[in-house]
Amino acid sequence: MKRLVVALACAMVLALGVRAACSQTLSAIKDRGELVCGANGTLAGFGLPDPQGKWTGFDVDFCRALAAAIFNDPTKVKFVPLTAKDRFTALQSAEIDVLSRNTTWTLSRDTSLGLDFAAVTFYDGQGFMVRRSLKISSALELNGAAVCVQQGTTSELNLTDYFRTNHMTLKTVTFATGDEALKAFETSRCDTYTTDSSGLYGERLQLANATDYIVLPEIISKEPLAPVVRHGDNQWIDIVRWTHFAMINAEELGVNKANVDEKLKSDDPEVRRMLGVEGQYGEALGLTNDWVYRIVKHVGNYGEVFEHNVGQGSPLKIVRGLNALWTKGGLQYGPPFR
Amino acid sequence: MANNVRGLPRPPRYLSGIAVQIALIVLVAGLVAGAAFDAAQNLTRAHVASGFGFWNNTAGFDISQTLISYSASASTFGRAFWVGLLNTLLVSAIAVVLATVLGFIMGIARLSRNWLVARLAAGYVELIRNVPLLLQLLFWYNAVLKSLPELRDSIAIRGGAILNNRGLFLPQPEFASGFAAVLVALLLAIAAAVALRLWARRRQAETGAEVHVLWPAVALLCGLPVVAFVAEGFPLAFRMPEIGRFNVQGGIEILPEFAALVLALAVYTAAFIAEVVRAGLLAVPLGQTEAAQALGLRAGSTLRLVVIPQAMRVIVPPLTSQYLNLIKNSSLAVAIGYPDLVQVFAGTVLNITGQAVEVIAITMAVYLAISLFTSLLMNLYARAVAIVER
Repeated sequence: MKRLVVALACAMVLALGVRAACSQTLSAIKDRGELVCGANGTLAGFGLPDPQGKWTGFDVDFCRALAAAIFNDPTKVKFVPLTAKDRFTALQSAEIDVLSRNTTWTLSRDTSLGLDFAAVTFYDGQGFMVRRSLKISSALELNGAAVCVQQGTTSELNLTDYFRTNHMTLKTVTFATGDEALKAFETSRCDTYTTDSSGLYGERLQLANATDYIVLPEIISKEPLAPVVRHGDNQWIDIVRWTHFAMINAEELGVNKANVDEKLKSDDPEVRRMLGVEGQYGEALGLTNDWVYRIVKHVGNYGEVFEHNVGQGSPLKIVRGLNALWTKGGLQYGPPFR
Repeated sequence: MANNVRGLPRPPRYLSGIAVQIALIVLVAGLVAGAAFDAAQNLTRAHVASGFGFWNNTAGFDISQTLISYSASASTFGRAFWVGLLNTLLVSAIAVVLATVLGFIMGIARLSRNWLVARLAAGYVELIRNVPLLLQLLFWYNAVLKSLPELRDSIAIRGGAILNNRGLFLPQPEFASGFAAVLVALLLAIAAAVALRLWARRRQAETGAEVHVLWPAVALLCGLPVVAFVAEGFPLAFRMPEIGRFNVQGGIEILPEFAALVLALAVYTAAFIAEVVRAGLLAVPLGQTEAAQALGLRAGSTLRLVVIPQAMRVIVPPLTSQYLNLIKNSSLAVAIGYPDLVQVFAGTVLNITGQAVEVIAITMAVYLAISLFTSLLMNLYARAVAIVER
C-alpha cells in the first residue's frame, strides 16, 4: 500500500511539475559536452555516414563548424538522422539543438512551426530527373507524367503549382523517404523524380547506371536551404547565423585551412578582427574570441566546404552558380566583422 | 479470505470504499489535465501554431488515389483527411472480406482428413503468423511491382484492361440515364430471391420436402437486370484506358500499392483467423458431428448446418480482435506509399502544418471510432447467435 502511494505521487510530480527549464541552448550544449545536430542520413553530399560510420556532407560540416567554434573540437557532435516528416518535431521538442538538413526556408515554416531559419547556406532550386531513353529535353514535355516525390517536402507542393501553371496534368506517387522514392523511380514506377537539384545530382550517383539518367534544365522553384533553430533563443541563433557569415567572410578575405595560422600575423585589420587578434566579437556572441580561427582551422572556409562536399572535389560536381561569393556574381554575402 | 464467484480472492475492504474510488478518479483526472495543460503551455511558449484553423487551408499537394473529387489547388486539408479516411476504409473492408474467406478455408483445411491438405494449411499458418507484417508487405509490394511489366510492355487484357507496374487499368463505365431501371431491376431480383428462399425454408419446415432454389435464384438475379438492360437500350458505355506518352490515360486505376496492401493484410490476418476458426470448430462437441452423420447428412452439410453455426459463438469474439488488428495494421500503408489516412493526414498534412498534437489526436480518435463501430457490429452479431439459457 505504501509503495502504491509513493509510486502514484512520483507519477503525479513527473506529469505536472517538470517544466523544461528554460535554459539557454548554448549553456545546455556546453553542459552536455556535445552538440546534437539533426542531419539527413541518406543524402550524398549533404548528410551521409560513410562506410566507416563517420558523417560527411555539406550540412554535416556546418554542424562541425559550430562544434569547433564552441568546443575547439569538430568531433564533439552527435548526428541524429531525421526524415522529412519528423525533422521539425525533433527540433520543436528539443531533441536536437540545430537542424542542418537541407531544409527550405519558407514563410509558413518560419511562422507556424515556432522555428527560425538562421542564414541561407545553399541557394538551391527544384528540378526533375528522367531517363535519357524518354528523349525529353524540357520539363514542359512532362504532361501526364507520373512523378515520384518525397512526402512532406516543399517539392511536393511546388510540383502541383508548376504543373498547374503550365496547364499540365500529373500523377504523384509519394514515399516516406527519398530512398524509397528513388527506388520506385528506378523500377520505372514513375517517369520522373523530383527534389532539390543539388539532391538530384547526389541521388543520381546512387542509381545503378548514372549515365542512363539526365537532370532536366528547368529549375521550377526557389529552395534556399538554411539551418533551423527554435524560436526564442537569440544568442543561439546569432551564433548559428554568424558561423555561416564567418565562413563566407573567411573565403572572401582569402583565409583557408592551410594558411589560417600565418594569417594570424596579418596586418589586414579585417582579418585581425575576424580571427580575434583584435576586438571582443567572440565574447559578445558567448564564445571565445578565436572562434573563427577555430572554425577555419578545423573545418575550413565556405568555399573549401562547398568544393569538398558538393563541388569539383566531390562526385557531385555541382558548380558554385548562385552559391558563389557576391564578389564573383553569386549570392553569398557576409555582413562585416565590426 | 472469502472468494468471489470467479475464484479470485476478494480485494481488502478499504479499497472498495467510495472515498478511495473518488480519490482515484480525481488523481487520474488531475494527471491527464495537468499533462494537457503543460502541453498547451509549452506549445504557446514555443510559438507553435495551435487550434484547428488549419482544417480549411488549401492543401496544395496531390493524392494518387481519391474516391471522392479532390484537387491539389482547390481542396482543403479537411478534404485530404476525408480522402485518406475513405482509402483506409476501402482497403480495410476489402481485406477483411478476403481474410475471412481465406481464413475460414484454411481453418477448415487444417482439420481435413487429407494429410497433405492439413499439412499445407498448417505450414501456411505457421509461416505467415511468424513473419512480421511489415516484411510481408514489402515482399508483396516488391513482388507485385517487380513482376509486372513496364509501361512500354503493358499487358493488354481482353476486354480493354491494361496491366503494368503503374497499376491495373479497367474500362471506366459511363452510365446513361436509363441505368437506374437496371439497378431497380437488380434490387427487385434480390428481394425476389430472398423471398424465394424464405418460402422454400418454410415449405421444408412444414412438409419436409426439400426445394432447391439455387438455380432459380441465380436466374432471377442475372435475368431480371439483363432484361431491364436490354429494354432500356443498353444504357452503358465504356471508356477504355489508353497508353499515353507517359502514363495510361482514362479508365479506373487500381494502384499496385493498393493491391500489395490488400494482399499482405488479407494473407496475414487469414493465418490468425484460420487458428481462431480451428479453435471454434474443435470446441463443438464431437457428438454433434456423430449425430449429424447418424442422421445421414453428408460432410459438407454437417459442416454447414450443424458444426459451423455452433462454432460461430466461439469464433466471433477473437474474430473481432483480428478485424480490429487488420484495420489498425492498414496504417502500414506508409511504408509503401499508399495514400491512407496515416500517410496523407498524419504524414503530409502534419508535416506541412507542423501541428503534431492536433493531427495525431484526430487520427487516434478516428481509428478509435472505426474500431468501436466494428466491434459494436460484431457484438450485435454475437448476441444474435448466443446461446439463450432458459
